[in-house]
Amino acid sequence: MSRYEAVIGLEVHVELKTETKLFCGCSTEFGKEPNTQVCPVCLGLPGATGVLNKKAVELAVKAGLALNCEIGTNTWFDRKNYYYPDLPKGFQISQVFRPIAYKGYLDLELNGKSKRINITRAHLEEDPGKLTHAGGSIITSHCSYVDYNRSGIPLVEIVSEPEIRSGEEAKAYLEKLKAILEYAGVSDVKMEQGSLRCDANVSVRPVGSTVLGTKTEIKNMNSFRAVQRAIDYEVERQIEALMDGGRIIQETRAWDENLGVTVAMRSKENPDYRCFMEHELAPIELKTEWIEDVRATIPELPDARRKRLVEEHGLPVYDAGVITSSLDLAEFFDAALKEYPDAKTVSNWVMGELLRLLNARNLELSEAKITPGGLASLLKLIEKGAISNKMGKEVFEVMFEEGKDPDQIVKEKGLSQISDESQLNRIIAEVIAKNPKSVADFQSGKEKAIGFLVGQVMKATRGQANPGVVNAILREKLAE
Amino acid sequence: MKISEKEVEQLAFLSRLDLQGEEPADWTKSLNAVLDYLELLNKLDTSAVEPAAHVLPLKNIFREDRPQQSLDKELVLANAPEEEEGSFVVPRIV
Ligand SMILES: [Zn+2]
Repeated sequence: MSRYEAVIGLEVHVELKTETKLFCGCSTEFGKEPNTQVCPVCLGLPGATGVLNKKAVELAVKAGLALNCEIGTNTWFDRKNYYYPDLPKGFQISQVFRPIAYKGYLDLELNGKSKRINITRAHLEEDPGKLTHAGGSIITSHCSYVDYNRSGIPLVEIVSEPEIRSGEEAKAYLEKLKAILEYAGVSDVKMEQGSLRCDANVSVRPVGSTVLGTKTEIKNMNSFRAVQRAIDYEVERQIEALMDGGRIIQETRAWDENLGVTVAMRSKENPDYRCFMEHELAPIELKTEWIEDVRATIPELPDARRKRLVEEHGLPVYDAGVITSSLDLAEFFDAALKEYPDAKTVSNWVMGELLRLLNARNLELSEAKITPGGLASLLKLIEKGAISNKMGKEVFEVMFEEGKDPDQIVKEKGLSQISDESQLNRIIAEVIAKNPKSVADFQSGKEKAIGFLVGQVMKATRGQANPGVVNAILREKLAE
Repeated sequence: MKISEKEVEQLAFLSRLDLQGEEPADWTKSLNAVLDYLELLNKLDTSAVEPAAHVLPLKNIFREDRPQQSLDKELVLANAPEEEEGSFVVPRIV
């Protein structure tokens, strides 16, 4: 295996967060009845000409700047001609010759190492319609259904250089890309709603070679994890084929999530899209000042935010990376930190309890009921000793599900920690009386015996005693 | 001949155009005339000339991002060769 290395480039399509489509005023809202958000322009009816959505240009420039790209000051649209039912005009309006953004990069962190992946280009184009195949698969179906609601939604296609070397790196690239675009506010970047889609170009070559091998294009990957698995599978398939003396055919392959394999879809020997300029739309000339105005609207991006959490709040790099991987989580953390300024404690709860419950319930942070202020109040209760850390976790779960105030939950559940010494004294006296052997052991120098006694008190109070206080009282009494 | 009558017929088929009688031959002739003219233009050395993105001195024609009324679903599907539950139905693709 080590005789070969993988050469991977990703093409990522991201829907821009506009109200309306790229060339018409039809709504871009997701999940509506088929063909209810269409007009002559996005249906490609003869004679219909669109007008460019200014907001889409602004968001594409913003995406480009956030990805460290240069911005084309003189750009235009082109037609990419091909016949497919999701493309009613017979061509897609895209930017072939002069992309709006080019020569960018992003840095990813993997296993403690940083790696820069260069971005070839990020260009504007229109989304085609959506096809659903009767019978589930394009190969077995007898007909397909077309919904043009998606037709004409503004996309940026972000093309990386073939500098990615593994499925793991591809996943890290996508996570970083998603975070950057989310922070910049250019897209919802939800793979499950199709606002982020990814195709992978995969080839292999002998280590040390600088010549590119024949590549295949992998489609139909519906999660970042699927991208990783599909690439790892494909790399191995290609290496095995070459080791067996075979050759790689240039083709498009589909990832089959259930079988965990890629399957040949169609051969793709450099299709000729007969691209030419779209003369029905005026070219775009961007002034440097305007580009700088757009740059000024870009908020703090993931890398800067991670650095701030490390440098200003002393968080470990790992924690800061996890927390800044999604904007929601980073905002939650910052808001909680404002009211409870102990970064490591807040981070432990966010990374521990919050992420654990979100993953277990398969929820987005916005769907959880707990607020940053609520978490801060909870942490204050624990700090005061009103409840134990363990009870805190129980309370956290209720807050997560129901969004109640932690004080109220503690009262309702009778969780309040017993710190009242007189009450504890009585229980401790009982435990001492019932466990003469452990008492004798401790008094004869067996330090461990105190742990058993503390445990008995905790059991008698159903975990509501403050273990620190119990320990102190016990030592005091046994020393008498 | 840059484009054959057979290619014209294939193009018409893909474009769902129904060419009759003399039409395939006529179209082949006129398309070849266009291609010959382009061939002539291709002989010009334009390597030092910036491409003209538009024939008129236009640029930056924008629209604000405000929703407009879409078409009625009945009108949308009026031209559909086949329709089912609001979707256009097309024959098997591959
Ligand atoms: Zn429209």
